[in-house]
Amino acid sequence: MKRLRLEAPQLIMISYLVILAVSLKYIGIPYMDMINDSLIKWVMNGVLVLSLVPMINVGAGRNFGLPIGISAGLLGMCIALEFRLEGWLGFGVSILIGSIIAILFGYIYSIVLNRLKGNEEIVGTFAGFSFIPIMNLFWSLAPFKNRQMLYPVGGQGLRPKINLDGYFGGILDNFLKINIGSLTIPLGLIMFFFILCFMVYLFQRTRMGIAMACIPENEAFAKLSGINIDRYRRIAIIFSNILAAIGIIVYSQSYGFIHLYDGPFMMAFPAVSAILIGGATKNKATVFNVMLGTYLYQTTFLLSVPVANALLIPEMSEIIRMIMTNGIILYAFLYEGVRKRNEKV
Amino acid sequence: MKRYNEYYVPIFFLILSILGIVAARVGFNFILAELYARFVRNGIFLLALIFPIMAGMGINFSITIGAIAAQISMLIVMDIGFVPSLGFIIAILLSVTLSIIFGNIIGNLLNRAKGKEMIASMVIGFLGTSLYQIVFMVAYGTVIKPFNKDILLTRGIGVKSMLDIGEYKDLFSNLLPIRIGDAEGSLVPIIIIIIVGIIVHLITKSKIGYRMNAVGENMYLAEKVGIHVDNTRKIAIIMSTILASLAQIMFIQNLGILNVYTGHLNLDIFASAALLAGGATFKKANIKNAFIGIFLFHTLFIVSPLAGQNIFKNPALGEYFRSCIAYGTIVFALMINLKIKTE
Repeated sequence: MKRLRLEAPQLIMISYLVILAVSLKYIGIPYMDMINDSLIKWVMNGVLVLSLVPMINVGAGRNFGLPIGISAGLLGMCIALEFRLEGWLGFGVSILIGSIIAILFGYIYSIVLNRLKGNEEIVGTFAGFSFIPIMNLFWSLAPFKNRQMLYPVGGQGLRPKINLDGYFGGILDNFLKINIGSLTIPLGLIMFFFILCFMVYLFQRTRMGIAMACIPENEAFAKLSGINIDRYRRIAIIFSNILAAIGIIVYSQSYGFIHLYDGPFMMAFPAVSAILIGGATKNKATVFNVMLGTYLYQTTFLLSVPVANALLIPEMSEIIRMIMTNGIILYAFLYEGVRKRNEKV
Repeated sequence: MKRYNEYYVPIFFLILSILGIVAARVGFNFILAELYARFVRNGIFLLALIFPIMAGMGINFSITIGAIAAQISMLIVMDIGFVPSLGFIIAILLSVTLSIIFGNIIGNLLNRAKGKEMIASMVIGFLGTSLYQIVFMVAYGTVIKPFNKDILLTRGIGVKSMLDIGEYKDLFSNLLPIRIGDAEGSLVPIIIIIIVGIIVHLITKSKIGYRMNAVGENMYLAEKVGIHVDNTRKIAIIMSTILASLAQIMFIQNLGILNVYTGHLNLDIFASAALLAGGATFKKANIKNAFIGIFLFHTLFIVSPLAGQNIFKNPALGEYFRSCIAYGTIVFALMINLKIKTE
């Protein structure tokens, strides 16, 4: 039975959303525009959040090392752009190359995480953080030749924000767009998200998925029943990284830019926060958690921007976003600590 | 060979530093002058990390909260407008008070998150930063009315992102002047750091220090022999926060500029990387590690942008290299230490 857990973070989040929605009426911003934007924001970040699911279910913790998978996706896009691949071809090749690189990165990442079972979250955080300067070195030294990607002066090193106009910017956003009155539904984008979600859902139903789900339940028992834990963890981590690579490609095509260098630095925390809002626990996350959590999280912060601007303090929306993000993650850590202690007694 | 295990990391950093100095082609005096400034600015941060490591909580990434306490008290002193010498003392007293309060809160939170202290303390640091920002960026000027209108932005809401505290910079300038390399400084900050170091060392050898060690060794056993585990851990965090706030006051005083919104960011990473470079582990750290680490790590930090400039004609590369070293040190330490723990 699927029951929505309503705890302090979810309640605060929903009440904040309601307050914002009510105050929008007084500012005079039409709800329809906000709903249209929220659908795009939902999918834009949804795939990144979805990428956390396989790792949570195998008991490898919430993937704070998301920048690793993201870097793979960024690299895939840069290679596609280097060959000036446009439209669907560019998008497809980005996903293909990004996934191949993500398999490589995920394999290395899984070796690190398999050595350090039980401490994945802190190790992942720093693995992600330390990976960014390595990629920065790569971005500034890599021999890319496409002038549109390089710094305008000097001709060496990729620029921090590469424009995707003319390549595959907005390709999913504008695919199968349906207009009903003033409501615009980006059907292609949402379908792409649902297909990925469905794949993850099916994966959880396979033999391998079920075996993975029993590893965090009882690792010793799983080992005794002949499950090769390290191998399953490796597969789940690689799967997470592939999804993260696809996630950043979907994100970038909506955003219109490839954001290199320090762009992915803080992307893990909002994603983790979103899946926690959706009701995921330490060892169990479902596709439903992802969809609900991402929608709530992204919509709340989408609405908070015009409200903060109306109050003449534009920084406020970003600060409140950070407070919410980190507060929810902290709450999860504290709450889990208490529950574990109660179980022990 | 096992006896020299703890020196592997420092030796590695020593080799890297020497290579960096060779590649950067800078004078010794320049490095000494930079080292003096960095020693004064960052010295106490490293000492602040020692107590939580002893108490088995790993690295306390929430020393940023201590730094925030120092910045708050500095801002309040600036706002009210004391004369520098009185203001400095009041700032210290205020920041110690604030850090006791904040340290208590952090200690309580971390006691609930046993086994995940490091990541929890990191999230606490981020959360504290945001709360601090909302107070000084949004509430200052709207809810809180400052005495001194000059510290506000022109729109009347929020504190300026950079405040000049020039008067405080000259506090020690005439006391015990000393020439180190190219820098003309005062001996007083160094004496203060050494005194704090000695105090930290004495505390580690005192009763409370032994209790912390016991808790760090085995929490359940310590509970059995009658040590109040939660309290001991809380004391470790409070002392760490106090030291961090003192360190930040030294930092601001030496720099002469108060970076209101960015001054405290990334301090935790660099301080912990420096301590680990000095040969500390997540189980064992002492003031020797702190003092070795600060020299090795910061030498590397000073020369790496210059080395990047000379080798690749691109100073940004040295910048990336040094952040890579900072984070890489922590990842490396995590891998080594946690592996030992599981075996």
